[in-house]
Amino acid sequence: MGDKRIFAGGEFLITDAAPEEVFTPEDFTDEHKMILETAKGFIEKEIQPIVDKLEEKDHDLVLSLLAKAGELGLLGTDVPEEYGGLGLDKVSTTLVAEAMGTAASFGVVYGAHTGIGSLPIVYFGNEAQKAKYLPKLASGEWCGAYCLTEPGAGTDALNAKTKAVLSEDGKYYILNGEKMFITNAGWASSFIVYAKVNGQEFTGFIVEKDFPGVSTGKEEKKMGMHGSSTRPVILEDAQVPVENVLYEVGKGHKIAFNILNIGRWKLGASAVGGCKGCVTEAVKYANGRIQFKVPISSFGMIKTKLANMAVKTYMSDSMMYRLAGMFDNKLETLDAEAKKSGAENAKTIEEYAAECSITKVYGSETLDYCVDEYVQILGGYGFCAEYPAERYYRDSRINRIWEGTNEINRMLVPGTMMRRALEGRLNLLPAAQAIAGELMTYSPLSVQLPDTPLALQEHMVKMSKKIALMVAGVAAQKFGPNLAKEQEVLAKIAEIIIEIFAMESGLLRTLKIISKNGEEKAKYQIEAVKVYVDEMVPQIELWAKQIVAYVEEGDMLRTQFAGIKKLARYQPIDAIRLKQSIAARIIELEAYPF
Amino acid sequence: MNIIVCLKQVPDTETQIKIGSDRQSIVTDDIKWVMNPYDEYGVEEALRLKEKHGGEVTVVGLGPKRVTESIRTALAMGADKGILISDGALDGSDSLAHAKAIAAAIKDLQYDLIFTGQRGVDDDLGIVGATLAEALNIPQLSLIVKVEVAEDGKSVKVQRPIEGETLVITSTLPALITAQKGLNEPRYASLPGIMKAKKKPLAEKSLADLGLNSADFGAGARKMKILELTPPPAREAGKIVPGETPQEKAAQLAKLLHDEAKVL
Ligand SMILES: Cc1cc2nc3c(=O)[nH]c(=O)nc-3n(C[C@H](O)[C@H](O)[C@H](O)COP(=O)(O)OP(=O)(O)OC[C@H]3O[C@@H](n4cnc5c(N)ncnc54)[C@H](O)[C@@H]3O)c2cc1C
Repeated sequence: MGDKRIFAGGEFLITDAAPEEVFTPEDFTDEHKMILETAKGFIEKEIQPIVDKLEEKDHDLVLSLLAKAGELGLLGTDVPEEYGGLGLDKVSTTLVAEAMGTAASFGVVYGAHTGIGSLPIVYFGNEAQKAKYLPKLASGEWCGAYCLTEPGAGTDALNAKTKAVLSEDGKYYILNGEKMFITNAGWASSFIVYAKVNGQEFTGFIVEKDFPGVSTGKEEKKMGMHGSSTRPVILEDAQVPVENVLYEVGKGHKIAFNILNIGRWKLGASAVGGCKGCVTEAVKYANGRIQFKVPISSFGMIKTKLANMAVKTYMSDSMMYRLAGMFDNKLETLDAEAKKSGAENAKTIEEYAAECSITKVYGSETLDYCVDEYVQILGGYGFCAEYPAERYYRDSRINRIWEGTNEINRMLVPGTMMRRALEGRLNLLPAAQAIAGELMTYSPLSVQLPDTPLALQEHMVKMSKKIALMVAGVAAQKFGPNLAKEQEVLAKIAEIIIEIFAMESGLLRTLKIISKNGEEKAKYQIEAVKVYVDEMVPQIELWAKQIVAYVEEGDMLRTQFAGIKKLARYQPIDAIRLKQSIAARIIELEAYPF
Repeated sequence: MNIIVCLKQVPDTETQIKIGSDRQSIVTDDIKWVMNPYDEYGVEEALRLKEKHGGEVTVVGLGPKRVTESIRTALAMGADKGILISDGALDGSDSLAHAKAIAAAIKDLQYDLIFTGQRGVDDDLGIVGATLAEALNIPQLSLIVKVEVAEDGKSVKVQRPIEGETLVITSTLPALITAQKGLNEPRYASLPGIMKAKKKPLAEKSLADLGLNSADFGAGARKMKILELTPPPAREAGKIVPGETPQEKAAQLAKLLHDEAKVL
């Protein structure tokens, strides 16, 4: 694995990866496939038959399921072997996360436990802390939780009021404050708590349920994920031994932000699992439901829905595993010493912070799209709790809110990339500057595309990148450091960048399938990429024009419009027919088709 | 206690089967292959017996390279070794030939028990178990739902359900058992098991390695021939019984059952 090409975070915007340089689901090893089967088998046998019962929040039941998952090793993919885990690659972790996307609210219990509840210790714990806590967390003997949010500190997480003061004898930190919306609070044994030492230095602590002064408040009544526990965690003169300071005093933000990166991509992976479930369930229903004497799946509008759901899911799926592969390739380059260091591992993952935000936003919004159409395909039955669509619909909604709202993640996409550019880590500037010159000579009419299956789509992805760089450059030039305040502009830049990553990930995956198995075997994937690019190019053009309309005026504006128009020049294809073909495949298989 | 489990790879039971243009085989593109569910019971039972009595579990599969995936799954569940019998000359062979090849692969191994599934869920023939026992000249205990090996490891007591009753049989060892649904609840391969399986031995044997003659295998050597595969008849559309009141509907239904369905 050592000689794989390593991309810098955000580099996809300026460098075109070759298909063989990205990891795709077609590259799963036998072990990967078995891991997925085990995770799916666990959910099918242990979780799905009792999804209704799970909603009663039976403490013992949840903990027994967690222990069963622990026995199978499902809780230990990210925990090193010496602490009772398996220390597997990130593709394996992504696979388990994907499977958990169909585990209803147990997926949340699992996600919070293995992610934010355990990883702070995996990455930032010292030897003693890892030895003490990780084996219990990896086996599922203990459930973990994570306390960052406060009533007054949501998106603005660093604005925490919870305070830690060293006790007189110097043995304890005394914590006071209230944490809000804490997942697993009702049954967790350990909590990662952030508090400000002396009201100043933001710091992480490992807090056990039984430490004096630790309690939980009333369960929230939620829209969805009813089987998960969400409560305030109350710290009243809570005594936390000094050896339970996580990492260093004053370095809590480093833990918090690194853990969020991982949480975001895993959330995306989990959402992919949910999306595939929606497509399969929806088409099964649509094939069986008769109206006007025919199955409703024979109606064009239902076909369009099925095709759209599957196509977006294909892009989302391709992004998640591409990113997992990027992590694995980069983690492979660490030397033996660094591989053992949690902080080095976290830093490596942080390289792809922008990609993590992208997968979070795209994954959660694709899931929301799919659950919505899933309900619609079921009509009135979709609205009634007897069918799972209703639960899917409610459960999905939280994903756009937690792990950083999708608004804040949108800000982070261009924000992170531009900061990297200023730090000299990402060569955005020269790339953006080059475009002005290129535009003078570029003529879309003289472009000669090779006669390969997705040449046009490859070209349009390249052009989209140029559009992104161009408008980002125009905005940066106009607003300078004040661009950070121009959220409407940044959001549209984010939108463009997210769609580029989506299109390109689907494209590269498909090209890889073509080169491995031939064009015929990639028929539906090719169609998916074609319809997706067909929809996105005009959309990107519009976003870009809206940005420059806000930024420029007069002759400058006209020049920019002309430039965008040139780059985005594209003739729509017969996407209706392509979607009919994809839908026919879904209907024939009665399942997600890719 | 050394145990051999024979396993077959079959299309996942959820796969939609399409009949090929030759009308004698199925289209294998798009098929997801899995371990035959009845063989899974065999693997599980072998692992339980090993846990109780010690010894080794060897899994034997036959077919193309992809069958290693199912053998690996059995290794990940906890079996110790795998053997794949793979040879282009096996293409098109019938179950009798398969049993012959498997017998050749295991005749020199040490074993107390052999498990096969009671049948493969693909062609539902259920021939391999019986033929294999015959070839090895050991007793065959078929359709078994309970297995108890005696403390001294010399005999086995098994149960087989028949028409609401239970037949209890004892047999000397070695013996061959064909596993029936109800025997146990197979475990999943755990993640640590999956990682360990990577390092477990898996030997591949050709017909020549087993001292067999290719001419006795393949389509040309079939004793049983498939004449034709046909799909089950498509279900006809249902009928809604007309009528305003339940009484009217009932009367209509009775009439239809009598006149059309002719069951009354
Ligand atoms: C069921 C559930 C479980 C949770 N589990 C946990 C947990 O285990 N641990 C934990 O620590 N937290 C948890 N949370 C908290 C969750 O992460 C927060 O709700 C989330 O971060 C948003 O904070 P907030 O609710 O205070 O919303 P606010 O921050 O008040 O945001 C309100 C709205 O304003 C927008 N907004 C805020 N700031 C900006 C900005 N700068 N620019 C643009 N828009 C902005 C937001 O995007 C949002 O649309 C959970 C929440 C829920 C509902």
